[in-house]
Amino acid sequence: MRQRVLGTGSDKAVRQPRMANIVQFENVGLRYGTGAETLSDISFTLASGTFYFLTGASGAGKTSLLKLLYLAQRPSRGIIRLFGEDAVTMPRDRLPGFRRRIGVVFQDFRLVPHLSAADNIALPLRVAGIVEDEIDQPVREMLAWVGLGDRAQARPATLSGGEQQRVAIARAVIGRPEILVADEPTGNVDPEMADRLLMLFDSMNKLGTTVVVATHDFNLLSRLPGAQMMRLDKGRLLDPTGALRYPPVRPG
Amino acid sequence: MARSSSTRSSSERRVLDEAGGVRAMTWVMAIMLFLTVLAAALGIGTRTSARSLERQLSGRLTVQIVEGDPVARDAAAARVLALVRALPGVRSATAVDRTELETLLRPWLGEQGADPELPIPAMIDVDLADTGSADRVAAEARRISPSARVDRHQGWMSPVTGFMATMTWLAVALVALMVAATSAVVVLAARAGLETHRATIEVMHMLGSTDIQVARLFQRRIAIDAAIGGTIGAIAGVLVVLFIGLRLQGLGSELLGGVTLDTGGWIAIAFLPLFFVLLATVAARVTVVAALRRAL
Ligand SMILES: Nc1ncnc2c1ncn2[C@@H]1O[C@H](COP(=O)(O)OP(=O)(O)OP(=O)(O)O)[C@@H](O)[C@H]1O
Ligand SMILES: [Mg+2]
Repeated sequence: MRQRVLGTGSDKAVRQPRMANIVQFENVGLRYGTGAETLSDISFTLASGTFYFLTGASGAGKTSLLKLLYLAQRPSRGIIRLFGEDAVTMPRDRLPGFRRRIGVVFQDFRLVPHLSAADNIALPLRVAGIVEDEIDQPVREMLAWVGLGDRAQARPATLSGGEQQRVAIARAVIGRPEILVADEPTGNVDPEMADRLLMLFDSMNKLGTTVVVATHDFNLLSRLPGAQMMRLDKGRLLDPTGALRYPPVRPG
Repeated sequence: MARSSSTRSSSERRVLDEAGGVRAMTWVMAIMLFLTVLAAALGIGTRTSARSLERQLSGRLTVQIVEGDPVARDAAAARVLALVRALPGVRSATAVDRTELETLLRPWLGEQGADPELPIPAMIDVDLADTGSADRVAAEARRISPSARVDRHQGWMSPVTGFMATMTWLAVALVALMVAATSAVVVLAARAGLETHRATIEVMHMLGSTDIQVARLFQRRIAIDAAIGGTIGAIAGVLVVLFIGLRLQGLGSELLGGVTLDTGGWIAIAFLPLFFVLLATVAARVTVVAALRRAL
């Protein structure tokens, strides 16, 4: 399944041999327009197949950091390596191939309003050029997984916030991405559903996907003991607890 | 793959909302195709008839024997007729019947037209096999009757053929303008569509869509609208052309009756909607791809 998803379409990204560090940021800075830097001196590495939380107060820059990660934004400075390749100077026409290897749950869901829940979830597979016969089955499975089996034909506008969020999550994971990025994926669901979604991410992680979940819900963190955590404060990475030890020693 | 292609295209089409901006394209296309069919029919029709007119006239001339004395005139006419008939390059030569000529002239001359004393020239219609022989015919006629006049039909028809050429070029210019206007409309529609669907396009990009894939969504939409509108417009245009053709034939005028479309003309007109759909598709694709290149 994974091979098919990634191997079809105009995917130009060559699959790398499994690398230890799937993501690497070095002294990355991001400035929107001419204002002050939103992100400064961001340096970290993500080990392949690991589960990470990204926390920080509202406005700390979590979404901005994730945007750099899922190639929606280029940094103003610094080095970003994705799958072992320089993502900063990467030519435009190679971006789609890399984006197909990253699943994203957007903080604002970004469902396509004219498509049903099922068609929204199927989008990554269609974009990747999967034949129609092989789309129905996984879409139905995903709908069942997120508890929306009976809402397959519903338009996003007729779904509740939590239901939309679950559609967004299903869409992000259906292509079995190598990296899964989720921005506040449990913000609109009850604790029980939050738990279930977290278990979905966890099982994806156990299958080898590197997962990054941005949240300011500390309850969520406590549900996955042993997960690693990055903390953002005013655009800077706080000395990470857990195993985020890059750079090893901060000078000064 | 083939089995699934229909469901695929329908679900892909729905990615972009059927918004009004693109729907309006259908009507613009209908109007453009209607006008273009009329202009093209005008151009092709006049060109076709100008050609056939030229073909008919270029080998034709009339020799006039102008003599006061009817006896000398008829004698000269008979000799010229015999000589011209014998010339190589002359297909046929016939004396125009005098009574027929007088009937033709009566409205101008009144009843005196019947007066045999009236100096009406004798006329010989000559049909040439090759147009180069016209000078020889003129020389022979003048040798026998120095006052003979040779009237080349092509000469007096030249203002008509000139006018027809002008009409043809006018039609070509109109079609070219229509093509330019249609491209401009498609570019504007595509840009408006890009603006309307910006959020959706962004999501498609984030899911790994290439620019070409996104452009294809617009292309498909615009091609369908152009095809529907173009067909409606072209059918309306063809109906008007057929109607005008009937009216022209009803006039009974040999000149205007010749303004008809031959098979080639109809084929060219049938290809117009196809060409416009292609044009719209290419214009949409180029516009969308150029705009997307500016995004990340
Ligand atoms: N497109 C943008 N243009 C300009 N400024 C922006 C843009 N996006 C974010 N910002 C600014 O960058 C800062 C960080 O925003 P960001 O969305 O990354 O925070 P966040 O940690 O995700 O917050 P939240 O928890 O509320 O989602 C904020 O001050 C915000 O105003
Ligand atoms: Mg955010």
